[in-house]
Amino acid sequence: MLVLVVDSSTPAVTAALVEVSADDVVSRAYRCTVDARAHGELLAPQVDAVLADADARPRDLTAVVAGLGPGPFTGLRVGLVTAATMGQVLGIPTYGVCSLDAIGYPAASGEPVLAASDARRKELYWAVYDGAGQRIVGPEVSTPSVAAARARELGATIAVGDGAHRYAEILDLPVRVEPRYPDATVLALLAAERIRAGASSERLTPLYLRRPDAVAATGRKPVLP
Amino acid sequence: MADEPLILGIETSCDETGVGIVRGHTLLADALASSVEEHARFGGVVPEVASRAHLEAIVPTMDRALTEAGVTLADIDAIAVTSGPGLAGALLVGVAAAKGYAVAAEKPIYGVNHLAAHVAVDTLEHGPLPEPAIALLVSGGHSSLLLVDDLARGVTPLGATIDDAAGEAFDKVARLLGLPFPGGPPIDREARAGDAAAIAFPRGLTAAKDLAAHRYDFSFSGLKTAVARWVEARQRAGEPVPVADVSASFQEAVCDVLTSKALAACRAQGIETLVIGGGVAANSRLRAMAEQRAEKYGIQVRVPRPKLCTDNGAMVAALGSHLVAAGVAPSRLDLPADSALPLTTVSV
Ligand SMILES: [Zn+2]
Repeated sequence: MLVLVVDSSTPAVTAALVEVSADDVVSRAYRCTVDARAHGELLAPQVDAVLADADARPRDLTAVVAGLGPGPFTGLRVGLVTAATMGQVLGIPTYGVCSLDAIGYPAASGEPVLAASDARRKELYWAVYDGAGQRIVGPEVSTPSVAAARARELGATIAVGDGAHRYAEILDLPVRVEPRYPDATVLALLAAERIRAGASSERLTPLYLRRPDAVAATGRKPVLP
Repeated sequence: MADEPLILGIETSCDETGVGIVRGHTLLADALASSVEEHARFGGVVPEVASRAHLEAIVPTMDRALTEAGVTLADIDAIAVTSGPGLAGALLVGVAAAKGYAVAAEKPIYGVNHLAAHVAVDTLEHGPLPEPAIALLVSGGHSSLLLVDDLARGVTPLGATIDDAAGEAFDKVARLLGLPFPGGPPIDREARAGDAAAIAFPRGLTAAKDLAAHRYDFSFSGLKTAVARWVEARQRAGEPVPVADVSASFQEAVCDVLTSKALAACRAQGIETLVIGGGVAANSRLRAMAEQRAEKYGIQVRVPRPKLCTDNGAMVAALGSHLVAAGVAPSRLDLPADSALPLTTVSV
């Protein structure tokens, strides 16, 4: 089963084609560009490119998997709307996966791990995974020092992800180099059971974690002195 | 005609998620979802709230449009989408959606200018637009006077607001009078019972000294302040505010400036067609005054019905249809959402 994977929750704009079989999940084509300011420009051409790379047509797709974030809002929505609209045209199901899982799950190797991505405004999106790669806390958004304290409480001995690189000093944990951004094959792997079972399509709702910045209108200032 | 191309249009530049479908100049579907109620308590459109709403609304709105038109995405010949100007995050959802549809359905995509689409939508109601024409586009986000020589290739800006948009002035005055947001419809309603000559509010940039540098520009900030002063003075004197008279006099001042400058542009250029679009074009006084004044000069005023004046997907489809008919090449798949897309760029 040929599956399209998209993730735009981090500066890495990712599109991939993954073959999901009864007992395996294998990458067929993969395009990733790190550019925090051009998600809208980059993603669709990359989807087009992975289809061409795999010599496939859109109608060959069985499902679409999308990283739900958390991630900076504007970029994150690009991946989700791309997945949702393509699913609609092709009449195929869409499945969502927490993007941090595609960093934390492959990084786990026996001991708890903190996975973090950059939330801007000097904050991190983060989650903690047990030694087997199961998420035990998160996703949350907070300052790096709060994330570090929580991770220690949970016994994390290592940190992973772009946010961990960026705030390595404050986190004060050894940083695992890879994956720095959500791994597309892992996103498909984490949805593989649903794909194989032909589970019903999911609404792709972003993991925003933050409320919109907006202040309710208050009393008007008088113009007369 | 069945052999004309079937064009889909997607609009998300502000708080309306619109999907329209046209064949040639025939409107087949115009589906709309609005987040206006979510913005009401903020007294204006909150960009992040609008963007979130677009993401939720786009797929169901597309479904409704396709059902209404009785077609599938496979039948569509090209997809047009507003690439600007507008709210950056809101535009991005529509552009990404259009690309998703275009890639999956293997169709060409046209990134188009929102303002040019406000002009093009009139063709759905009144047929092909005589060129050149003058267009007056007035809404909560824009107030522009344009020379339309060739809608498929270029539009020349003649003037624009130097401060508030016309629709913004309606919103602010409505708030001052305790009327709901958006302010256009309630002020229009109140004004019907009021006296438009009751209060002499200022007409911005119409004095001889202003006309030299701002012949076709607008200014509504001074008018808004004048209304606020007048209302406050009343309140301080402990007198009731005559909402109908203030609404009518304010509306008269806005419509007076808009129509006189638009018609002056037509006459200066010897142009016989004036198109009015944007949300404020739904104002009943603006329509009536424009028609009444234009008649004297033999100028034809074209105003589409109110539902087509406000932001919608049909206008984008109409412009897309015009571009396809004119043989304009489609956009590239990496087309950007450009919040400041200049008027001179009709398609990117
Ligand atoms: Zn508009």
